[in-house]
Amino acid sequence: MPVDQKLDLDAKIPDGSLEDKWDNHRFDMKLVNPNNKRKFDVIVVGTGLAGASAAASLGELGYNVRCFTYHDSPRRAHSIAAQGGINAAKNYQGDGDSIFRLFHDTIKGGDYRSREGNVYRLAQLSVNIIDQAVAQGVPFARDYGGLLDNRSFGGAQVSRTFYAQGQTGQQLLLGAYQALMRQVDRGSVTLHPRTEMLELVVVDGRAHGVVVRDLGTGEISSHSAHAVVLATGGYASAYFLSTMAKNSNATAAWRAHRKGAVYGNPCYTQIHPTCIPQSGDYQSKLTLMSEGLRNDGRIWVPKDPDETRPPEDIPESERDYYLERLYPAFGNLAPRDISSRAAKRMVDAGHGVGPQKNGVYLDFAGAIERMGVDGVEAKYDNLFQMYEKITNENPYRVPMRIYPAPHYAMGGLWVDYNLQTSIPGLFALGESNFSDHGANRLGASALMQGLADGYFVIPYTIGNYLAPMLGESPPPTSHEAFAEAEAEVRDKVFGLLSVNGTRSVDSFHKELGRILWDYCGMSRTAEGLEKARSEIRTLRDEFHKDVRVLGENETINQSLEKAGRVQDFFELAELMTVDAHHREESCGGHFREEHQTEEGEALRDDENYAYVARWRFRGLGEDPELIPEPLEFETVTPSTRSYK
Amino acid sequence: MDLTLKVWRQPGPEAEGRFETYQAKGIDEHASFLEMLDLVNEQLTEEGIEPIAFDSDCREGICGTCGVMVDGEAHGPVENASVCQVHMFNYSDGDTITIEPWRAAGFPIQKDLIVDRTAFDEIIAAGGYITVPTGSAPEANLTPVDKPIADTAFEAAQCIGCGACVAACPNGAAQLFTAAKVSHLNLLPQGQPERYERVVNMVEVMEEYFGSCTNHGECQDACPKDISIDFIAWLNKDYRKASFKQMRAS
Ligand SMILES: Cc1cc2nc3c(=O)[nH]c(=O)nc-3n(C[C@H](O)[C@H](O)[C@H](O)COP(=O)(O)OP(=O)(O)OC[C@H]3O[C@@H](n4cnc5c(N)ncnc54)[C@H](O)[C@@H]3O)c2cc1C
Ligand code: SF4
Repeated sequence: MPVDQKLDLDAKIPDGSLEDKWDNHRFDMKLVNPNNKRKFDVIVVGTGLAGASAAASLGELGYNVRCFTYHDSPRRAHSIAAQGGINAAKNYQGDGDSIFRLFHDTIKGGDYRSREGNVYRLAQLSVNIIDQAVAQGVPFARDYGGLLDNRSFGGAQVSRTFYAQGQTGQQLLLGAYQALMRQVDRGSVTLHPRTEMLELVVVDGRAHGVVVRDLGTGEISSHSAHAVVLATGGYASAYFLSTMAKNSNATAAWRAHRKGAVYGNPCYTQIHPTCIPQSGDYQSKLTLMSEGLRNDGRIWVPKDPDETRPPEDIPESERDYYLERLYPAFGNLAPRDISSRAAKRMVDAGHGVGPQKNGVYLDFAGAIERMGVDGVEAKYDNLFQMYEKITNENPYRVPMRIYPAPHYAMGGLWVDYNLQTSIPGLFALGESNFSDHGANRLGASALMQGLADGYFVIPYTIGNYLAPMLGESPPPTSHEAFAEAEAEVRDKVFGLLSVNGTRSVDSFHKELGRILWDYCGMSRTAEGLEKARSEIRTLRDEFHKDVRVLGENETINQSLEKAGRVQDFFELAELMTVDAHHREESCGGHFREEHQTEEGEALRDDENYAYVARWRFRGLGEDPELIPEPLEFETVTPSTRSYK
Repeated sequence: MDLTLKVWRQPGPEAEGRFETYQAKGIDEHASFLEMLDLVNEQLTEEGIEPIAFDSDCREGICGTCGVMVDGEAHGPVENASVCQVHMFNYSDGDTITIEPWRAAGFPIQKDLIVDRTAFDEIIAAGGYITVPTGSAPEANLTPVDKPIADTAFEAAQCIGCGACVAACPNGAAQLFTAAKVSHLNLLPQGQPERYERVVNMVEVMEEYFGSCTNHGECQDACPKDISIDFIAWLNKDYRKASFKQMRAS
């Protein structure tokens, strides 16, 4: 049983001043001689920004890389959908930005629940990312002088966000994907598309491989390597309705967790304030409207809950620009958790707009007056078109309607400063790890983290891990650990196919999502979380007795793929409620109604909860074990987060 | 609304396919086309019929995963939209809709509506990148790019790699995709050193898999990102120059 394993739980933050930690560490790390790199096999799972950049960089260094993705092409990973932009402390606008300010904004934005060392490194590396992407031909927005342009994003008072219209994620991912395909062409990376990792293989306490299923033929096979890198994205799709791609899931990370990797802060999920409100039960996902829109759009609701006039007929004096009123310094650019809760309070109080009274207005009338339709078009046209396609309303004429939706997971596999999980040889990158964002992620910082991890951190830290293993071969796939893992995978796959129940996978996922949204969503209470935990368990039992997965293993079988993922969501969902329940404070995306200020703002408890909640798996149905990692603040002093 | 669907069912790459007729009942006009298919799949599952396999992921028109022929049109009836962005308010109660996979020699059918588009990745692997090692890039603002050039490169770069252009082309050619990819990089200063080698290598791989372009222009109409066929002219120009250079060199 993995539980007896000795886990490596030291965060390994290097000594020295903040500014020097990464430099010192890079110097101290062991190196692998260029000729020896090809003697090491590395498995990378995932080809989003984190995985593609990691696989490309490791391949380029000379490692022998095998890269897996369940997408038909690496370029389709969920990162492609990121709209708004990527932060970097370039200070091109001369508006007071600096590495330290980006670091400070990020720590504060995350409600003082992230590590100083990691966040500072992220801010340092941010400037290299832009250089790298531009050199790859990423067509960022430029001003008339030909230089790079910037805009601002929630939680910041400077313009440090680089963007490519509303397609920044697409352009950055294409850059990383192309770098990856270059390595594929050179033969340093072998690509396995349409292949899903379903189990991690641990041999003598070290991660040494994966078991995968070919999504076309159903073939289950084992792959062995010196190290395994997971860059498998986030789990906000546990809520069923979210802004994530339909296929985003938690399986890879969750199965590693079951094998002993501890999980960090699972209850920290981000609810993004600007999504198109739900319009009906048939809906399969929610669409984000980039936060970048908040630069020029003003958010308001009618003051009168019984208002029936169309928005353009409501006079200024009868509108409540509540973000500008409540948070004058940041206004419409208040951070996501704050803006989301404010919208919820407005809608709960009956001020909601739209046919179902479930949204607030994001209004561009002022911007159109100021910049002209052309000006607005130049900046946001593709987003406006997207909105129109979905709602059949023209946002140049009527204000957009928006409402918060699950969007991003700050929690994930726990990693140390080297991005290594608690299992030696298993690394986690990008959204699949817990690091850097604390309890709330500021806009435009996930792309930054994914690329920093993949291009600039893992190429160093993996060498440090591999160097002492020179001359050692990874265990053969005939090793019993592989056989066991394969057997587990087969049991799961054929188990799901043989239930032959009455309910579809989606119907279970929807119901699970509803429980999570109601009790572990934008606000939480002890009572609600207890209820959620028991409902999740009941529904999980029903799933195992009554799910209907038709078809067979030996062909493309999308219900089977989904069933495996939903099975893991059930287990993760329970952990989310446990984590949310134990954290008797409010911080960032985690709002416990029992802990709020008189004005209804989040009330943190630094004395008792200034730690990362690390959870260790002890078997299904057992209570997980909590092993807190205390957070130390040497440079910034945690203070009440104010955006007034 | 209630609809009748004629859907291509094909159990596997080697198997024979055929159209099946299904009823889609009680569809909300705000549902997307793919949500309508989700609903049909729920109904099929209830009846014990294997759901229709189709690809989709972001459902926001950007990942390029989805793509089917709807009544003979790639991505369906809405201009500049991928099929995930088509909503049912574009249809009326009682309509019959025919849905089939991309049909092109370069895209073998995998199952039902799913095709294999890895040939696109091979075109990219042949030269659709800039040879810049990680970690040694120069300061970004040292290379200004004129805004009109940057904007045009961006327009080309928006291609989502869906394959609609190939599916719409009577010859199953992949010129629009390849042109978009080549033009994006060949327009930028960063792409100059490998400009001519790139176009030759990418076109070579393209020709291995796909038919030849005879300027029908159907691709542009089908493209959800409105990629212009002007880029094909650009591709051809660079290709000619490159061949000329090669000739001189030999
Ligand atoms: C609509 C939207 C807009 C956003 N906008 C922004 C923004 O403007 N700025 C910003 O900074 N962030 C933004 N984000 C967040 C950001 O896009 C993501 O956090 C980030 O892209 C995640 O990257 P990743 O590489 O970690 O994972 P992903 O891009 O999710 O990649 C995961 C990869 O893992 C693979 N995978 C997963 N599981 C398995 C498995 N078991 N086997 C095989 N392969 C597997 C997948 O195939 C995929 O290749 C946005 C997110 C959304 C949803
Ligand atoms: S050029 Fe247009 S149609 Fe062709 S693959 Fe790209 S986006 Fe799709």
